[in-house]
Amino acid sequence: MRPVAITGAGILTSMGADLAENAAGFRAGRTAFRPVDLFDVSRQRVGTAGQAELPESVPGVSRKAWQRMDRGSRMAFLAAREALEMAGLSGGDMPVMIGTSAAAMPVGEQYYLQAIEGKSQRRQFLRVESYQPQHQMAAMMRALGVRGPLRILSNACASGANAIGHAFQLVSEGKAERVLAGGYDALSQLVFAGFDSLQALSPSGIPRPFDAARDGLALGEGAGFVLVESLEAAKARGVDVMARILSYAAATDIHHLTQPHPEGDAALSTMVKATRAAGLEPEQIDYINSHGTGTPLNDVAEARAISRWAGAATPKIRVSSTKSSIGHLLGGAGSVESVICLLTLRDQFLPASLNVREIDPVVEFDLVQQPREAVVKTVLTNSFGFGGANATLVFQREDWSR
Amino acid sequence: MIRITGTGAVSTAGWGVPALMEALDSGTRPVLAELSRERKSGSPVVTSVMRVPPAPPTLPKSPRLRRVSPISKFAVGAAIEALGPERMAKAAAGELRLGVVCALLNGCVNYSNRFFGEVLADPSVASPILFPETVFNAPSSHLSSLFNSTAPNDTILGDSAEIFTALEIATEWLLRGDCDGVLVVVPEEIDWLSAEALGLYSCEAIPAEGAAALYLETGGEGPQLLAIPDPVLLGPGCDRAEALRAVLNAGGALDDGRTLLADSRSGVCRFDAAEDRAYAGWSGPRISVRETLGEAFGASSGLQVVAAIEHLRRGTADRAFVATLGGNEQAAGCLLG
Repeated sequence: MRPVAITGAGILTSMGADLAENAAGFRAGRTAFRPVDLFDVSRQRVGTAGQAELPESVPGVSRKAWQRMDRGSRMAFLAAREALEMAGLSGGDMPVMIGTSAAAMPVGEQYYLQAIEGKSQRRQFLRVESYQPQHQMAAMMRALGVRGPLRILSNACASGANAIGHAFQLVSEGKAERVLAGGYDALSQLVFAGFDSLQALSPSGIPRPFDAARDGLALGEGAGFVLVESLEAAKARGVDVMARILSYAAATDIHHLTQPHPEGDAALSTMVKATRAAGLEPEQIDYINSHGTGTPLNDVAEARAISRWAGAATPKIRVSSTKSSIGHLLGGAGSVESVICLLTLRDQFLPASLNVREIDPVVEFDLVQQPREAVVKTVLTNSFGFGGANATLVFQREDWSR
Repeated sequence: MIRITGTGAVSTAGWGVPALMEALDSGTRPVLAELSRERKSGSPVVTSVMRVPPAPPTLPKSPRLRRVSPISKFAVGAAIEALGPERMAKAAAGELRLGVVCALLNGCVNYSNRFFGEVLADPSVASPILFPETVFNAPSSHLSSLFNSTAPNDTILGDSAEIFTALEIATEWLLRGDCDGVLVVVPEEIDWLSAEALGLYSCEAIPAEGAAALYLETGGEGPQLLAIPDPVLLGPGCDRAEALRAVLNAGGALDDGRTLLADSRSGVCRFDAAEDRAYAGWSGPRISVRETLGEAFGASSGLQVVAAIEHLRRGTADRAFVATLGGNEQAAGCLLG
C-alpha cells in the first residue's frame, strides 16, 4: 500500500464559494441558512435551507457551456477547479470519482413539467441529456481539461465520502497516480419535498445536532473536491501536501431503508475498520466530523457508535456536526465535510455544533459547541446514507505523518 | 482469477435465463405493449414499449419488498437466480460476505414520477412511502438487506455501458478481500418519462425494462473475467467506432472465429452505424440482445453478458467479447473466457 496524499481541495457551500470563505465562516461559528427561492416552498412546512450563491458566469468557461451545466454541476466545477489549482494542475490524465445523490434533479423536474403541459417538446432533448449525471460530469471534465475514466457513485448521503474512498483505494493500490474526487448536490424541489414528507426537516429551519430537543435537519447544497495523489508523485512534483488519507472503510446498515440501526452497528464497523487500518487507537483521533444530521434517530445511533468505538476514551473524543452551519448536503456531504476536516488540519481549529441548548444524554463525547483553537493532527469523518451506506475516512496532517 | 459463477436475468422475454436464451435463440420479439398517459393539453401520448411479464409467485415475501417499484423486483428476481439456493442459505446464515454493486441509468423513475406529481398537487400530503424508493440506491439496499449482508454496497450511475465499471469495482473488492462474493446487478424499469425520453433520440427505439445479475468470486466454476479495459470516454465529435475498436484492442479480443461478439446494436440504423463500422467483417458468432428484447439501457448490457456466458457454457464459443457503445459517456467492454 502506498502512502496517499491530498494536494488540493476545493469547496463551495452556503458559507462561501471557496476554501478561504468557508474556513473563515466555520472558524467564526457562523450559520448560513436563508429562505429558499429556487422553487416554490410556500406549501412546505419549512422554507429555509443552506442555499448557496453562484456566479452568473465564470472566467474561462464559455457562457453556453456554463448555461448548459445544471446547478449542481456548476458547484462541482468550481470546487474541482479550486482543488486542481491548489494542486498546481491545469487538468491532465486522471480518473475522476464523483459522489452525488440527486444529480441534476432540477433539470428532470423541468422536463417533467413541460411534458405534462404537453404544449411542445422544445428543449426537451437537451433536458434529457443534461439530466444525466455522466453527461454533466463528462462536460465538467472537459471544461477542467481532465481526461480519464469517470466513476459516479450514488450511495445517497455517503456518496461524497465513497468517492474519496474509492480514489484513496485506487491510488494506494497503485492503480492510479492521482485521482480527482468529490461530491455535489444542489437543492431540488423533489428532494426538498421528500425530506419534508418524511418530517425529517427541522420546522424551525435550525438544525441542532446532538441537542436533546433536536427536531430535524436542514438541507443545504454545495460541492467539495480533493486531488488525491500518491505521496511519491506529490513529492516528485514538489507540491505541498495538505494532508494524508490514512484509511477508508465502508459498510452497509441493513436495519431499515431510511433508519439507522439504533446502536449504530454499521457506523461502529466502519470506524473500527478505518482506525485499525490506519494503525490508530480512538484516543489518537483529535476530532470527528460526525454525520450529525440533527434527526432524532441518526444522532442517537451515531453517538452510541462513537461511545462503543472509543470506550473509556469517549469523554476525550471531540466531535461536532458542521451540518449545523450549512445543512445537509446529501451526496455532497461526505466530500464537503472531508474538506472541512482538511481545513481543521491546516488551520488548527475545531468547527462547532451550533445551536445546541441541552446536550442529549446519549452524548458521552466532548461535543464542540463553539469553534475552538486546537492542536489537530488526525481527524475522522463519518457519512451515512439512506439505504444503509456507511463510510468513514481518516485524514492526518502531513507533518505528523512522517 | 475472477470468475462469474452465477447469472440471473429478468427480461421482456420473461423471468430467468432460460426465457432469455429461448427468445434470443429463436429471435422471437416480445409483443409490444402501449404506454399511454394524459397531458394537460392535446391528445394522450402513446408509446410502444416492451414490458417484463408479471412477476412469478416465487419472489420472496419480505417487508422490504412490500412497497417497492418494479426496478427492485427485477433486481431481486435476477439476483436470486444468480446466487442460487446454496449461496442464499449461506448468506442467510451470515456465512457469506456478499458485496453488491448496482449500475443504473434511469433508476427508480416510477416512484420519482409519482412522488413529484404528488408534490406538485400538494406537497403537504406527498407520500413519505414513495420518496425513499426514489433514491438511486434503493434497489441495491434492498438486495443487501434481503441477503443479510453488511459488506460494501455501491450504486453507480452512467450510460448503458456502466456495467463494466461495476465489474471493475467487484473485481477490486474481491482482490482486496472485502467480500467473499459480489453481486453485480443492472436493473431498469419503464415509465413514460424515460420511454418518451428515449423517443427523443429515435422514434424507432423500443423502450424496454428488466435486470441482469452476475455473481463473481475468486475461483468456482464459470467463465473467467479475462479483461476489463478502461472505458473510452465519448467526447463531442469523437469517432465512436474508433472508441469501440480501442476497447476491443485494449481488452485483447481477437476475431479468431471462436470468439463471440455480444454487441449493443438495437436495430436502429443511426445508433448501430458505429458498431457496424467497428466490427465490420467479424467472423465469429455474434449476438445483439437489444434487437430482440428492446432497449433497457444498462439492463440490456447486463443481458449481453448473461447471454455471452450462456454461449460459453454451451461451447458455441471459446471466448466472448462483450461491449456496449453508451449513449453519452463511454464505450466499454470486457473479455470472458
